[in-house]
Amino acid sequence: MSYDRALTVFSPDGHLFQVEYAQEAVRKGTCTVGICGKDSVVLGVEKKAALKLQDSRTMRKIHQLDQHMFIASAGLVADARVLVDMARVECQNHRLTIEDPPTVEFITHYVASIQQRYTQSGGRRPFGISTLIVGFDPDNMPKLFQTDPSGIYYQWKANSIGRNSQTVREYLEKHYTDDIGEGDAIKLAVKSLLEVVQTGAKNIELLVITKSGSRTPGADEIEEVIKTIEAEKAEEADRRSSRRTAQT
Amino acid sequence: MDAQFAIAGKSFAISVTDKGVAHSIVKMKHNADKTYELTPHTLMSVTGVPGDTSNFSEYIQGNVRLYGIRNSQNLSPSETASFIRGELANALRSRRPKQVNMLVMGYDKNTKESSLYWIDYLSAIAKIPYAAHGHCSYFVLSVMDREYNPDITLEQGFEIIKKCIAAVKMRFPINFSDYTIKVVDSDGVREVEMADI
Repeated sequence: MSYDRALTVFSPDGHLFQVEYAQEAVRKGTCTVGICGKDSVVLGVEKKAALKLQDSRTMRKIHQLDQHMFIASAGLVADARVLVDMARVECQNHRLTIEDPPTVEFITHYVASIQQRYTQSGGRRPFGISTLIVGFDPDNMPKLFQTDPSGIYYQWKANSIGRNSQTVREYLEKHYTDDIGEGDAIKLAVKSLLEVVQTGAKNIELLVITKSGSRTPGADEIEEVIKTIEAEKAEEADRRSSRRTAQT
Repeated sequence: MDAQFAIAGKSFAISVTDKGVAHSIVKMKHNADKTYELTPHTLMSVTGVPGDTSNFSEYIQGNVRLYGIRNSQNLSPSETASFIRGELANALRSRRPKQVNMLVMGYDKNTKESSLYWIDYLSAIAKIPYAAHGHCSYFVLSVMDREYNPDITLEQGFEIIKKCIAAVKMRFPINFSDYTIKVVDSDGVREVEMADI
């Protein structure tokens, strides 16, 4: 018997194959990085270069959920749109009933529970996306959360999802430091994305959120960051080679 | 028995609302803000049945903000006013109509003009340069009729507001101790103290 047809049927060894296929769709999606700093959160997304006649404005991968909260996803972009819209409505609902902006964890929980619901009843298909949800809590603490198609969610200091996310995560584990500042967080996001993105600033979309609001650095600012990174790398290489010559 | 009026100039609008909330013969509050910021450049002042005013206004506020976030583009003041009128008209024909009177004003960044819309609880709408709701309108409208011209500056607007408040003070049986005065212009919404104008 095939256990990957009906969504709600377990395989004998306890797997829900449809959910695992959804996770596979995520692994094929574009790479997305989130870094939570001391007083800022940064989202970085690998994006495909816009075609010559295409309006790049309509290709944004980072979506606003509320004044203080943003979401980026990896996987099936169309699925993300539906989920994003549900989360947006919930944000305003929360404000209406509680008279306070929602916390990042609240919305993450909401998004994750929708994703979970789509793994447990018939006639449905799981969302083929993982999301990174970033923002500031009402107590002014920056937060970074991740959800996945099965409906699990985690909080992270820094994480990546999508294609090559393993490589990027390992890079982040090596280079992340606690209480990282805004400039360093941007640099780390770009650096980690450059591990897996071939062409530079054109294919990176950034979002920086601080207490005072959010901004999306333009291509020239990202180019600037890349230049400083390359300069640092060259300097490092220089130092290494000079040390080697000194030893010989 | 509220005082609620507003003036729109070429590139600004001023909203005035009293700060009192009365229940029966008891004054419940003297520092209420009866205005709602819908977008950074749109302000709505509301009077009417106490429960209805906040319920309807918060509903409108939530939906206008949701539109802005969904479309990465906020509604303009005129679009906002039309939306409010539509929602109020639907409520009017439902089981539970909302008894709210509103003045919606704002600065449109695209056309670089400010506008003011008068909407009553029967969801009649009118775009006018100066407006008032309730009993106060009998006093302030005549003052504004005399003083207003389309080219007034913000300072001249404040002068008219002062004269309106003086007229209300002289003729209105209820004495409003304080007013919420807010200005909407290209910089957004800001509150102005009575003493400062």
